[in-house]
Amino acid sequence: MSAFLNLLFRNRLAAMGAVVLAVIVALVLLTPLLPLQDPDITATADRFKRPLTDGHILGTDHLGRDLLSRLLHGTRLSLAVGVAAALIAATIGSAIGIVAGYFGGRIDNVIMRGVDMLMAFPYILLALAIVAALGPGLMNALIAVAAVNVPFFARNIRGVTVGLAGREFIDAARLAGMGHTRILLTELLPNVLPVIIIAMSTTVGWMILETAGLSFLGLGSQPPQADLGSMLGEARSALISHPHTSVVPGIMIFLIVMSINLLGDGVRDALDPRLRSGALSRPRATTLVARKGDIPAPTDDLLAIQDLHTQFHVGERIYRAVGGVSLAVKPGECLGVIGESGSGKSVTALSVMGLVASPPGVITGGAVRFQGEDLIGAPYAALRAKRGDKVAYIFQDPLSTLHPLYRVGHQLAEAIRSHHRVPMAEARARAIQLLHDVRIPNAEARIDDFPHEMSGGMRQRVGIAMALANEPDVIIADEPTTALDVTVQAQILSLLDDLRRARGLAIIFITHDFGVVAQLCDRVAVMYAGRIVENGPTDAVLAAPAHPYTKRLIACVPELGGGRRELAAIPGLPPMVDDLPPGCAFAPRCDKAQEACRTGDIPLSGTPPRAVRCLYPEELV
Amino acid sequence: MPALKVDNLAKTFPLKKPLFGAAPPGVRAVRPMSFQVETGETLGVVGESGCGKSTLARMLVGLLEPTQGTIEIEGRALDNADPAAFGKLIQYVFQDPLSSLNPRKTIRQVMEAPLKRLYHMPKPERDVRIAEIFASVNLREAFLDRYPHEFSGGQAQRIGIARALAANPRIIILDEPVSALDVSVQAQVLNLLADLKRDFGLTYLFITHDLAVVEAVSDRIIVLYFGAVVEIGRAESIFANPRHPYTKLLADSAPVVGRPLTAPEQKDTELPDPLNPPPGCAFAGRCPRATDICRREEPALTPMGDDQLAACHHPLET
Repeated sequence: MSAFLNLLFRNRLAAMGAVVLAVIVALVLLTPLLPLQDPDITATADRFKRPLTDGHILGTDHLGRDLLSRLLHGTRLSLAVGVAAALIAATIGSAIGIVAGYFGGRIDNVIMRGVDMLMAFPYILLALAIVAALGPGLMNALIAVAAVNVPFFARNIRGVTVGLAGREFIDAARLAGMGHTRILLTELLPNVLPVIIIAMSTTVGWMILETAGLSFLGLGSQPPQADLGSMLGEARSALISHPHTSVVPGIMIFLIVMSINLLGDGVRDALDPRLRSGALSRPRATTLVARKGDIPAPTDDLLAIQDLHTQFHVGERIYRAVGGVSLAVKPGECLGVIGESGSGKSVTALSVMGLVASPPGVITGGAVRFQGEDLIGAPYAALRAKRGDKVAYIFQDPLSTLHPLYRVGHQLAEAIRSHHRVPMAEARARAIQLLHDVRIPNAEARIDDFPHEMSGGMRQRVGIAMALANEPDVIIADEPTTALDVTVQAQILSLLDDLRRARGLAIIFITHDFGVVAQLCDRVAVMYAGRIVENGPTDAVLAAPAHPYTKRLIACVPELGGGRRELAAIPGLPPMVDDLPPGCAFAPRCDKAQEACRTGDIPLSGTPPRAVRCLYPEELV
Repeated sequence: MPALKVDNLAKTFPLKKPLFGAAPPGVRAVRPMSFQVETGETLGVVGESGCGKSTLARMLVGLLEPTQGTIEIEGRALDNADPAAFGKLIQYVFQDPLSSLNPRKTIRQVMEAPLKRLYHMPKPERDVRIAEIFASVNLREAFLDRYPHEFSGGQAQRIGIARALAANPRIIILDEPVSALDVSVQAQVLNLLADLKRDFGLTYLFITHDLAVVEAVSDRIIVLYFGAVVEIGRAESIFANPRHPYTKLLADSAPVVGRPLTAPEQKDTELPDPLNPPPGCAFAGRCPRATDICRREEPALTPMGDDQLAACHHPLET
């Protein structure tokens, strides 16, 4: 709650709205206690007194009634009616939306078509019709405004509920023996409540305006009772001769609606999880660079990551996602990077081309050299010219990396044409050739498919084709087969293997699967908590792991053909990278850990090509 | 008496009727299948995405109405009328541990629901029972007043298992319980499941796509392809000695340390289209042994050797 208020009041405009609204609400709450004149007593002799005359601070209206008193009483009434209408509309609309979204099917269809019919009328016509049927009066205006706004809530809440109703916790509640009513009230309602509040906060101002509109037309509050709309309506005839009678209620309506809307927008921004997580702050085109310390000297590798440090700065906390990683590949070589979730392997890969989202990502040290040239801190134009052209990526989920609305051929051609000025026809011919290369059967026909028309394996082939489009020197593949079935995975792996042998591609292959590394990679680097703990030729590392973590991780992986058995496990959890222990990050889970492991930095040492970051390695390397 | 007996169970999802013309025949997610699980047994169910394994699981726990067939638990036929009756006999552990916990409820509220709704247990008894269950899944009771987002995947999955145990079921359906977890944590959860099974005399149906995991935990294994059972056999022999060519393809595709990289099938094979299923054996289009009869007649599940059944016109020799 206090975090919410903090977030809310960091928004200056929302804070301003809250202050104005608080003053108005305090004033109208205190109205009965203030020494005001009776708002309904007429004194025709005193009609149209100017503001700041004796006894009438805001002057009087056409019947000589005190404007200040009428204004405060009227505001009180208008606010009450507007808020009541919002509450009623929100309650009824949300109930309809939740029921329709949860049950779905025919119930959903019937309810939502009814709501659609309500929406088919222009709202003011509908409100007028309702008031005409019920007769004028403030209560009937309230009912009309609430009814007109029910569809807005119903549609909004139904959309959210449909998404939630398919979630597994609803199934779990059903298996725990809960009935429909209980699931609606205790499982769904708490999850849609923020959305209801957001929708209410952004519409209550609108509803006050609508009520005022109906009163202005004489359909709301009846004389002599004052509300803001009827005050405006009565003052209309004297608009030119005595403008103050219109201006006073007008300013009040403006202040109320503006302050409520500013506050409502602030509430929405503070409550909406997407906006809160920074969806509004567009990430920069390249990762922010704030390097401290020396920049390592160039080497003759094709791509070299040298002592890379990448951090995430979130508020006060610093997450050291990558804490000094060095990797290098030569042409035609395949390097495996293996690690569990949170070990920093993907962030390392994204740092190469400055693709880590900033904020919060910051590269704080090291270098990434492509053919000797440092890419960290390179200007955006230089990086962009290399992205996809020299260094290409293949990501885990091809469905989310391909644009759903463009045909795959168009996307492939676009990848080519963004780096090379070739005519569309030539790019298309090249795209067909690429689809052939990744062995998509009947490429000439499939090039005009949309991504959703292809199977997962086919989509990942398109992803690989796109990575190959500009004949890059290096491909960085981030778990490219994790989302695929084993039979498809086998095909994709052998395709990658053929391609690198045929074209001399260097591949950095990120995975959590030892079997995949063993089959595809020449060398392997094992990462834990943002650092490399061991590297070396794949066969040597797998046959004789030197770091206790590598050894025990390999033991955890069940292998086909081992039969029924107890599996080895590593107790405990990987450390959080915002709170790394001093010394070896694996020490708390390691059964060989000594005092020395928990103090000071442990270097990566050994005789090339192998190295290990451990004081008491399993094997001497 | 078997713990679970499934007879001719099938599910067809109807397709939307077009504005003009007759309704299409519908997608046969699970074709009629029959199998049994003995008390105390772990039956592994493997298959690739779209083979109907999750549809099967959801029918078994009553979340989905079968189109035909019956489910019997310990000799009693189940009907969908009363979900609470289902809940006391059979429970479900979900694939994604975090999305199976309501983000706005504390773990205590999550754990209390089955005790309150299924067993109408009073508060003091519930507290005792929750403490017992938490002790058996190695979770600290301090976790009970926290919210789901505060837990790692492994801890959340243990909470999911604890919730399933709270209903005191006879059978637990484990739907990919470890595929969202890291390998070092995966083994912790698998070993916990093995201990619980021994301590509480449970029966498991273990659904996964990971052959090595299913082999390590199961007694018997069912291989599904395109909504139908293609092979049933003992866990220790089915992958070493497959009779159905699809089982062999699965076993050959799993990446294994020390085996050279080869694509075990032609590179241009496509999976069958569920909207337009091929006649005969669904695997025929990918099968190197397929002949005309395979493209014409659907093969029936027939016994082959001890404890092994396969649905194939041209089974592999042993």
